[in-house]
Amino acid sequence: MVLDAKIPAGPLAEKWSTHKFNLKLVNPANKRKYDIIVVGTGLAGGAAAASLAELGYNVKAFCFQDSPRRAHSIAAQGGINAAKNYRNDGDSVYRLFYDTIKGGDYRAREGNVYRLAEVSVNIIDQCVAQGVPFAREYGGLLDNRSFGGAQVSRTFYARGQTGQQLLLGAYSALNRQINAGKVKMFTRTEMLDVVIVDGKAQGIVTRNLETGKIETHSGHAVLLCTGGYGNVFYLSTNAMGCNVTAAWRAHKRGAFFGNPCYTQIHPTCIPVTGDHQSKLTLMSESLRNDGRVWAPKTVELAQKLRKGELKVTDLKEEDRDYFLERKYPSFGNLVPRDVASRNGKEMVDEGRGVGSTGVAVFLDFADAIKRLGEDAVRAKYGNLFDMYYQITNEDPYKQPMRIYPAVHYTMGGLWVDYNLMTNVDGLYALGEANFSDHGANRLGASALMQGLADGYFVIPYTVGDYLAKIGPKPVDTKHPAFEQTKKEVEERIKKLLALRGSKTVDEYHRELGHIMWEYCGMARNEEGLKKAKGLIQNLRADFWKNAIVLGENEELNQSLEKAGRVADFLELGELMVDDALMRKESCGGHFRIESQTPEGEALRDDEHFAFVSAWEYKGDNQPEELHKEELVFENVHLTQRSYK
Amino acid sequence: MSNGNMNLTLKVWRQKNAQTAGKFVTYKAEGISPDMSFLEMLDVVNESLVHKGEDPIYFDHDCREGICGMCSLYINGHPHGPKRAITTCQLHMRSFHDGQTITIEPWRAAPFPVIKDLAVDRSAFDRIQQAGGYVSVNTGGVPDANEIAIPKVIADEAFNSATCIGCGACVAACKNASAMLFVSAKVSQLGMLPQGQPERYRRVQSMVAQMDEEGFGSCTNTGACEAECPKEIKLTNISRMNNDYFSAKLFRQEELHEQSHGE
Repeated sequence: MVLDAKIPAGPLAEKWSTHKFNLKLVNPANKRKYDIIVVGTGLAGGAAAASLAELGYNVKAFCFQDSPRRAHSIAAQGGINAAKNYRNDGDSVYRLFYDTIKGGDYRAREGNVYRLAEVSVNIIDQCVAQGVPFAREYGGLLDNRSFGGAQVSRTFYARGQTGQQLLLGAYSALNRQINAGKVKMFTRTEMLDVVIVDGKAQGIVTRNLETGKIETHSGHAVLLCTGGYGNVFYLSTNAMGCNVTAAWRAHKRGAFFGNPCYTQIHPTCIPVTGDHQSKLTLMSESLRNDGRVWAPKTVELAQKLRKGELKVTDLKEEDRDYFLERKYPSFGNLVPRDVASRNGKEMVDEGRGVGSTGVAVFLDFADAIKRLGEDAVRAKYGNLFDMYYQITNEDPYKQPMRIYPAVHYTMGGLWVDYNLMTNVDGLYALGEANFSDHGANRLGASALMQGLADGYFVIPYTVGDYLAKIGPKPVDTKHPAFEQTKKEVEERIKKLLALRGSKTVDEYHRELGHIMWEYCGMARNEEGLKKAKGLIQNLRADFWKNAIVLGENEELNQSLEKAGRVADFLELGELMVDDALMRKESCGGHFRIESQTPEGEALRDDEHFAFVSAWEYKGDNQPEELHKEELVFENVHLTQRSYK
Repeated sequence: MSNGNMNLTLKVWRQKNAQTAGKFVTYKAEGISPDMSFLEMLDVVNESLVHKGEDPIYFDHDCREGICGMCSLYINGHPHGPKRAITTCQLHMRSFHDGQTITIEPWRAAPFPVIKDLAVDRSAFDRIQQAGGYVSVNTGGVPDANEIAIPKVIADEAFNSATCIGCGACVAACKNASAMLFVSAKVSQLGMLPQGQPERYRRVQSMVAQMDEEGFGSCTNTGACEAECPKEIKLTNISRMNNDYFSAKLFRQEELHEQSHGE
């Protein structure tokens, strides 16, 4: 099977306009004859549901939380990129495109990334019009800040709560359409399968989490806007409920999974304190605008700090190693996330880590406070400093923060073409749920941009083309595929509820997380990955014998919810390992120890690996089949990334 | 910081569903580290319940970093526990002491019926937002983001109102179960910004009407909502909302009339 990404021909800057003109349209009177299912109500899903309803389609939107406003996009802190060039500092659509392609270590599609940069400017306009209170300067115009991997200031922000404000903007647009009767909203409802009729996605099976009722819903197209799968690692900055189930169910129904091994480990998170830990908390990348990352110069000094024989504030300037500034003078503390994370890990591996566990480095604001004053630092980062204090009981105004990398985002996801359609007709994936725009590493402040770009400005055009082609004939809800898929979902629930073993689902999840972090985390090698594959297989087999799943289906049952999600993670984990094994090069967040430059940077192998891996499910416990989409670079020249 | 682990007694509200009566059940929480968050402490209790084959305690939670608004819990008589300006998920066990008894209840308010144990149905909040908590602009065709300058103080003040996470602590704290703080935060945010002006008076009327329909009580200016709000939303929002509401009722009532009969 040849994967067709459907990238339009023609010059890069004209691809999207040409494509929009060539897409078929649905006339206004016919739009109300189409039903569209949107699963997930974060930035991508909320924006898509609202925008499609505004156009006149009938939308059914689903979220597992108690309100669409809770989607995990809300937790994004630092900002959203847009090529507005309001600072007059040399930004442009092309520069944002270039930074993103380079930041992704040349493993993303040129066409997609250029479109993303192009529509980025519209996103800011849209959000301001909705009443999103972005940070402003005294003159009344919008403020910007810098983020990693860029030498211009193009990040728009709303204190440290940008995701919240953007999501509440999308939520308000969604509310307006719910009020208008164009969106029917289903909360506390989890999607458990996709219904495929004659090769087309035409519905979903859901479980009402309050009553346990299993239902089918039909639509002319199904949009999965269900986020990433970082929780496969158990500990991550994701919300507790984030899961891969919707995407994984779609994968098992034929949708290819793209680049599953590309995971983003964020350099600045609050370190783990103990086994009780349920999640990790990010400290925004924006902090690296003013915070300086360092470790003690020697192992001895680090030991003294760990034992409390030396206070961090007493450590002399010459005993501090500002390792990012030292190694990368032109980008300094603002190197991309993958580079910053690996360097932090290196310090810890050398024995120069700090904190009681020794698994952390410092992020220091002393200079910024001296330069700008405490009030100015508080105005910029106050909520983040408060959050840090709540969790650690240490005051970052008085002593440096301790930080360490943590799983934050997954660049991989369902494979989609330029129209955001998976290889299954009528099945789309938007936002973090797809693999499309970030290559092997996402730059900071680009996730919000991609989610909203997909939802507001891409899908309203591309889904119309498909709908126009299939025509407005109502979906045949009597087709046996609906009943059959529902039956399969019910059987799986029965199977889960029959598990009355001795280990809790959380215990399995934690164990899987350990395996993934150890062997498929910040650094990977062949030996470790092979070992991980066996461990995951055993763990999965054990889960289906020995897990405890209490209660019944017809109630609010958290054991059951978790069990279904962890069972899917146990399958996904193995695919991630397979993908990491197959990709015998390093690129972005995927660091194969066997493939590095003499300076220890990720060494790509463009000759053999300049492709997207797209995996096809072949049945339970069967090896998946690899398909390759070659990446074609007509505009940028592939180089070894350098931030020196 | 941490001086060893704690043993605690929990009195937890257990209720199978909205139809059945609930009651307090006592549990022991043992070996609790002061570095755990309150919800992680409940995780530990739940793990031990599951091992014993008992139904774990249900509570709502998601982001666990104080921003999604999903977590709730009335802890020792305070929404989100004894500390100010944080959510339950940000509350750490170092705020408690060894041997302490902790009482944990759901939000108590008629418009927030209990779903199970400590989780309540807050969909009334969504319906209030749906009634008018937005600016009516479609995607596309909007002016450049810098076309309208907004004074920094106005933008910052609108932002302060916009930080509401919709958790419902204000309602839980209020003796009348009033939702005025919640509703006024959105009314204020949009009422202060130029983008919100065209619908300013319609919005306040629609949202207040829905708030009343949901059965939330009246505001008597006690200020418990402000004191307990994890995001420190100010009572001044309520003043602004009252101001807009009265001007709407006195001078601009025709707008709502027009809306309900138009189109």
